[in-house]
Amino acid sequence: METKNKMVYVAGFAVIALLVIAVLAYGNAEGWEFGGADDGAEGVVEDVDPDYEPWYDGLMGDYELPGETESMLFALQAAIGALIIGYFIGRYTRKD
Amino acid sequence: MHIMEGFLDPIWCAVWFVIAIPFVVLGAKKIIELVREHPEQKMTVALAGAFIFLLSSLKLPSVTGSSSHPTGTGFSAALYGVSVTAFLATIVLIFQALLLAHGGITTLGANICSMGIIGPMVGVLVWKLLIKAGVNFPISLGITALVADLFTYVVTAIQMTLNHGQSMDAFVNFLSNYAATQLPLAFVEAILFFMFGVYLVRNKPEIFDISADVAAKEAAKSEAKTEEA
Repeated sequence: METKNKMVYVAGFAVIALLVIAVLAYGNAEGWEFGGADDGAEGVVEDVDPDYEPWYDGLMGDYELPGETESMLFALQAAIGALIIGYFIGRYTRKD
Repeated sequence: MHIMEGFLDPIWCAVWFVIAIPFVVLGAKKIIELVREHPEQKMTVALAGAFIFLLSSLKLPSVTGSSSHPTGTGFSAALYGVSVTAFLATIVLIFQALLLAHGGITTLGANICSMGIIGPMVGVLVWKLLIKAGVNFPISLGITALVADLFTYVVTAIQMTLNHGQSMDAFVNFLSNYAATQLPLAFVEAILFFMFGVYLVRNKPEIFDISADVAAKEAAKSEAKTEEA
């Protein structure tokens, strides 16, 4: 049981790593830009609804966070999640 | 999946808010109730929220040359249903809207509808069907996560189409921008949740008992027993 489970985890993470690497490598070869579907949607809006003007800029208006700060906040968000999941796994894994 | 600030007309912002708010309020009530009646569930609710936090912050590359992020709502949808997921997703979406300028306050209602309500709703349906059909927990959890993730993006495409274009062409356009780029991510998410399902069945099978509905409850017990044996 124990070894079988370990195999599942190893295989699972291996598949995820392969998927990510494959997409990155393929995308790199094809010259994709890893921009973001949210920005992509902005382009689609321009296509289907050319007259549309965003009517509200948000609390911060035109101010955009510097890239580093944004990455930091995303990392913070991930860290909060990972911390709780790690705590759970550490606490509830059976010792037998 | 986040619709950006200002990209929905005020009328649509209002419509999605009106749909979203009852779910979020109900979810908050349900969580308070749940924690009061089953204090041992506190950790699991936190865990469900943690998955949404972690996964929705991971922006991964995906096929058509864009990148998007998984939603992580499958776990909480399967265990606690739609309203709880709506509440947890709201916390994450507010965090991202305020601190990251990702999504927005005016589009918050629409984003809650896609990520917290309709996506997970389809996930819950699939989860119940799979459990009833006798599929084991890890696989069901993985597929639930996959479906909830994909439908979140389908809904976003519908929301954008209703506001912009209102034609089949526009819908296909938005959908290929969102949903198609989402496929590899949804698979990654499915594998993650499958692995976590394997972990739970081994280490904390009773998690599935309390939260599942009555029919699934019975299945959960026998499943947990056979897994342990």
